[in-house]
Amino acid sequence: MNNSSHSAATVYVPRDSAARSVGADEVADALRRAAARGDFAIDVVRNGSRGMLWLEPLVEVATPRGRVGYGPVRPEDVDDLLAAGLLDGADHPLRLGVVDELPWMAGQTRVTFARVGVTDPLSTDDYLEHGGLVGLRAALDLAPADVVAEVTASGLRGRGGAGFPAGIKWKTVLECADSLKFVCCNADEGDSGTFADRMVMEGDPFLLIEGMTIAAHAVGASEGYLYIRSEYPDAVATMRAAIDIARGHGWLGKGILGSALDFDLHVRVGAGAYICGEETSMLESLEGKRGTVRAKPPIPAIEGLFGRPTVVNNVLTLATVPVVLADGAKAYQDLGVGRSRGTQVFQLGGNIAHGGIVETAFGVTLRELVEDYGGGTFSGRPVRTVQVGGPLGAYLPTSMFDLPMDYEAFAAAGAMVGHGGIVVFDDTVDMAAQARFAMEFCAEESCGKCTPCRVGSVRGVEVIDKIVAGTHRDENLALLEDLCDLMTDGSLCAMGGLTPMPVRSALAHFPDDFLGGRRSLEIQPVQATGVRTEGTA
Amino acid sequence: MTTSGSDATVEDVVRRVVAGHRDQRGALLPVLHAVQAELGHVPQEAIPVLADELNLSRADVHGVVTFYHDFRREPAGRTTVRICRAEACQALGADRLVGYAREAGLPLGETTADGSVTVEQVFCLGNCALGPAVEVDGRLYGRVAPARLGSILNGTVSS
Ligand SMILES: Cc1cc2nc3c(=O)[nH]c(=O)nc-3n(C[C@H](O)[C@H](O)[C@H](O)COP(=O)(O)O)c2cc1C
Ligand code: SF4
Ligand code: FES
Repeated sequence: MNNSSHSAATVYVPRDSAARSVGADEVADALRRAAARGDFAIDVVRNGSRGMLWLEPLVEVATPRGRVGYGPVRPEDVDDLLAAGLLDGADHPLRLGVVDELPWMAGQTRVTFARVGVTDPLSTDDYLEHGGLVGLRAALDLAPADVVAEVTASGLRGRGGAGFPAGIKWKTVLECADSLKFVCCNADEGDSGTFADRMVMEGDPFLLIEGMTIAAHAVGASEGYLYIRSEYPDAVATMRAAIDIARGHGWLGKGILGSALDFDLHVRVGAGAYICGEETSMLESLEGKRGTVRAKPPIPAIEGLFGRPTVVNNVLTLATVPVVLADGAKAYQDLGVGRSRGTQVFQLGGNIAHGGIVETAFGVTLRELVEDYGGGTFSGRPVRTVQVGGPLGAYLPTSMFDLPMDYEAFAAAGAMVGHGGIVVFDDTVDMAAQARFAMEFCAEESCGKCTPCRVGSVRGVEVIDKIVAGTHRDENLALLEDLCDLMTDGSLCAMGGLTPMPVRSALAHFPDDFLGGRRSLEIQPVQATGVRTEGTA
Repeated sequence: MTTSGSDATVEDVVRRVVAGHRDQRGALLPVLHAVQAELGHVPQEAIPVLADELNLSRADVHGVVTFYHDFRREPAGRTTVRICRAEACQALGADRLVGYAREAGLPLGETTADGSVTVEQVFCLGNCALGPAVEVDGRLYGRVAPARLGSILNGTVSS
């Protein structure tokens, strides 16, 4: 029964905070205790998460056939698993099979997430063995303008929501003559339903460092800032540790990898303001000010941090650059549809049976994501709606589930792909309440600079309340329309400008909810469907 | 260490913290985080000292402290519980957790009379596939049904 070989078996237990939130630390402790008793020879590696979050804690053991997964594992399952032959990948009710061969994983195209969940995030050896630094070395052999050309040719668009081509932004910064330029990584990830940035930072931090370093070489920047929201303490700690290690290895600092490039990187922690994810507001915050939005122009590429030319990109955008340089623009550009090239890291959350990360080429449909990968709702009730692209994104009914994931196709349908977050709701959802929440959230998180957003959102809550209460319903519905128009046209940034999107989509697709009709619907507590869900508090 | 400390104590802390951040560009946010980490909140007395040290107006410093949700003007309870109320957690009944906490005498935004617990709302903890999510003193919990919140709260209240 015991692992008879002399060398210790390698067992992986994620250190990702989502896995830890359901007991991964306790599982790792139980394994280490068994090893300490001398019964088993185990080398516990804390990897990132594979993104099959409904299976967390997902324990993997290295075997000659590949990494065999078990999950979800509770600490009290560990002794039983070991006795059954976990270390040899033996059978057990929790055994899932070789993880890379599971249909959910095998069907994906993991490009940006290729290493996340596979490696020990802070091991430089692991990083190099799994293709790390190949992109940076390739970039350093090229002139900056050629790196920019490669990124432009790949078709890579900003993953932070707006989808602006990364290469074009970089070209603007490169063409500025200033001696001091910055690269800023937007790791504010405040949208509900998005967690991919966090998983990259916790699961493959050197990748982000490599991407930012390539950006620095491409545009001529010497300093970088990583603005991470304070809600992500694990990401902050992992990135800080990785930056120290990278400096120690000459991957950051003076003369990076023996080249002429000098670049250093600093972590800054946000302070609980959603609007600081908007790029100009983030720059104000980095400068030590209130996070209010700046009017554009000037664009940050020309006058950014402390008035200097600045690249501002999302975590996933920067984390995708190394692979573009390593494999060439063509390989990346070959994936996708229309003007949406490459892969998107879709995040399935909310009331969903199989929540987690699905990285696949653009063009996949909502139905494939929600029904095939996601397995329907967690509650087992019918899906009623999904919100795509965060709190400013549209609520879509199931009749629109054949819409392909494509920036332009979504925009044409009055929705947005945004950051690729998909939040599922079952049939107990009250869409008037969701519309009201969109306005409430805007009122709470508005930076306050312009009236349509600051005041309009407060009025929006009141008007929706009146509609639902049946007070002058037609007049108030007309008023809500006006208000949405005003916010769309009169707001300085997309906070006020896009809040009407969830409100209008809720109204368009679920008008009955605004007539007070759903109040009577009995809402049952959410039931687990099969898999164990409680963590160990 | 908190408001019971004399002005000199707050001033000492602030000047020492600022000295540790001299070489940083636009250091006010890191400084405020560090002050709050030491004192549990950003007391009123810290504002003129910060203004003086960083060559800013008091209004500027005050404006920053009040803009960000994280900075507290008053000390919180010994334990801080943050319940996620954003959409993905709403879809799994986050509001039932808020209701449960309220019935347990822990309304949002308030600290218990004995100073043990403060319950707050937060919008997304990045655990949207394993909601409802709750964070207790920086530690994240997933799949928090009311009963589980109860055991988390009991653990903290009795400690
Ligand atoms: C209200 C608001 C919030 C935003 N939040 C984020 C965020 O959390 N993370 C992010 O990367 N971009 C966010 N953005 C988009 C940024 O302003 C900006 O477009 C992005 O960081 C640019 O990087 P990219 O081109 O790589 O996407 C937000 C925009 C708005 C209007
Ligand atoms: S729309 Fe709202 S968040 Fe954006 S600048 Fe105006 S007030 Fe600020
Ligand atoms: S919405 Fe609650 S953790 Fe993301």
